[in-house]
Amino acid sequence: MATPSYSEITHNGLWKNNPALVQLLGLCPLLAVTGSVVNAIGLGLATTAVLACSNLAVSLVRHQMPETVRLPASVMIIATFVTCAELLMKAFTYELYLVLGIFIPLIVTNCAILGRADAFASKNPVLPSLLDGLMMGAGFSAVLIVIGAVREIIGRGTLFSDMDLLLGPIAENWTLPVLGQDYSGFLVAVLPPGAFLVAGLLIAAKNAIDAGIERRRQAEVNIVKGSKRVRTTGKIQ
Amino acid sequence: MSLMRVTSPHAHSGQSTAKVMLQVAAATIPGVLALVIFFGPGVLFNIALCTGTALVTEAAVMKLRGRPVGFYLKDYSALVTALLLGIALPPYCPWWIPVIGSVSAILLAKQLYGGMGYNPFNPAMVGYVVLLISFPVEMTRWVAPAELIHGTPGLGETFSLIFGNMNVDGFTRATPLEIVRHNQSTILAQLYEMEPMFSKGNIAGVGWEMANFGFLLGGLFLLFRRLITWHAPLAMLATLALLSVVFYDGGSSLSEGSPLLHLFSGATMLGAFFIVTDPVSGCTSNRGRLVFGAGVGLLVFVIRAWGAYPDAVAFAVLLMNFAAPFIDNYTLPRTYGHKAARKATDLEEQ
Repeated sequence: MATPSYSEITHNGLWKNNPALVQLLGLCPLLAVTGSVVNAIGLGLATTAVLACSNLAVSLVRHQMPETVRLPASVMIIATFVTCAELLMKAFTYELYLVLGIFIPLIVTNCAILGRADAFASKNPVLPSLLDGLMMGAGFSAVLIVIGAVREIIGRGTLFSDMDLLLGPIAENWTLPVLGQDYSGFLVAVLPPGAFLVAGLLIAAKNAIDAGIERRRQAEVNIVKGSKRVRTTGKIQ
Repeated sequence: MSLMRVTSPHAHSGQSTAKVMLQVAAATIPGVLALVIFFGPGVLFNIALCTGTALVTEAAVMKLRGRPVGFYLKDYSALVTALLLGIALPPYCPWWIPVIGSVSAILLAKQLYGGMGYNPFNPAMVGYVVLLISFPVEMTRWVAPAELIHGTPGLGETFSLIFGNMNVDGFTRATPLEIVRHNQSTILAQLYEMEPMFSKGNIAGVGWEMANFGFLLGGLFLLFRRLITWHAPLAMLATLALLSVVFYDGGSSLSEGSPLLHLFSGATMLGAFFIVTDPVSGCTSNRGRLVFGAGVGLLVFVIRAWGAYPDAVAFAVLLMNFAAPFIDNYTLPRTYGHKAARKATDLEEQ
């Protein structure tokens, strides 16, 4: 398999092969911690960091790894970086660490990370692997943040609440009451069913956009200058 | 002589979806009437708001999906969904409760899954549960029957309750199921004498028993017209009655309530004849319907007795909707010419 170009890797990670919307990997954190934007950003950053580092490391040692222990070795590498991320979060964003709880150590089992390590990093050179990790992480984080924002707005009527957990005292007053102060909250959005609904609607939206692009491309292909289509059946449009 | 080619079935009962739906709607009249008499006209406003929103939502989705709008509105299925949701909602709740509920029911539970006939879950119950978990305060305030307070809200008050800022708390009381549920220290016989909700009624609380009786009447009409079969309702009511007999313990303070209370209070009869009998989200064969109904009855009692909510028909029905395809697989009827019934999954393997 030839190494894809950098623009291809970027397009794959952010859109075409988005881990959350297309591969449907890492659904557990995606659904569980996207109740607010700050949670989504926190988990997104941690996941992206782990994804990029583990892709880099796996790619570096890809020629030394015997086929038989490829998966266990990848898991060990990922676990190392997750532990690093966990300790860093404990040190610098302790309150957010408490909110995210078990989902930080659980990044180890996020199949998006093992999937990229195995499917991409173990077969490709270092730089493309690093970029792939970054872009997959960015695509995953973007979806996390969109779901978090939608659920926070609908469920609680606010945006960027509790951002000080991540950014410190500067962000204490960032909470935007998008839907007004006396909005009582549509609780189903912050409860688990809301996560499934919003994720499903996002996937539908992505598919609709793709279908629209495809239709436009088809339409451009069909029109040939100076010729007129002849149809013998049906209605001429 | 014109020879028309007609595909089977060649003999049918002359029913169409629209006719069935209208008869189901008509069958709710006695129950709704009882609700109006005892709890005032609030339920009518709920029904009106639900119906309006549901029809607009259905039409909008049909337009989006490029389907004929009039054709699908005329099967009246959205009307029945809205009607059942409107009946289930607490009367005099703010106007946005029925609106959000109907949009959830039609858009999320029905049309996103493919529309009429494709929904795995009962749309009215999905709408109800979305509201119940999202707005627990508004959804658990039931007005008391007129006899217990000095009359239910008048027309002006009704408007300010639904569209204004007036708080319904002045008119609400605990429902019969809530009273028995929160009873810790009194034996039931004494509780029934002390509590005006029971002492002024006959068996299961003023108003509630008559509403349930009304829905029972409507259900018998549906049975008589052969629009539903007896299997699912009977299985549900029998299971519920049996379990409440077992856990009645003679009416001590820890009793889970008498069988009559469970059968004629809450949403039991509405659920048994109008919700559990849903042909789309329920089971298909008669044996399957027996299992489905019994499951609903079991879950209703378990949640009422030991769960976090006083009534449970909506949750029980949704949980059993999950199980319906599984039950269908194991209750396939014996086909003519075969000795024994087979499982649907076995048929696929061949």
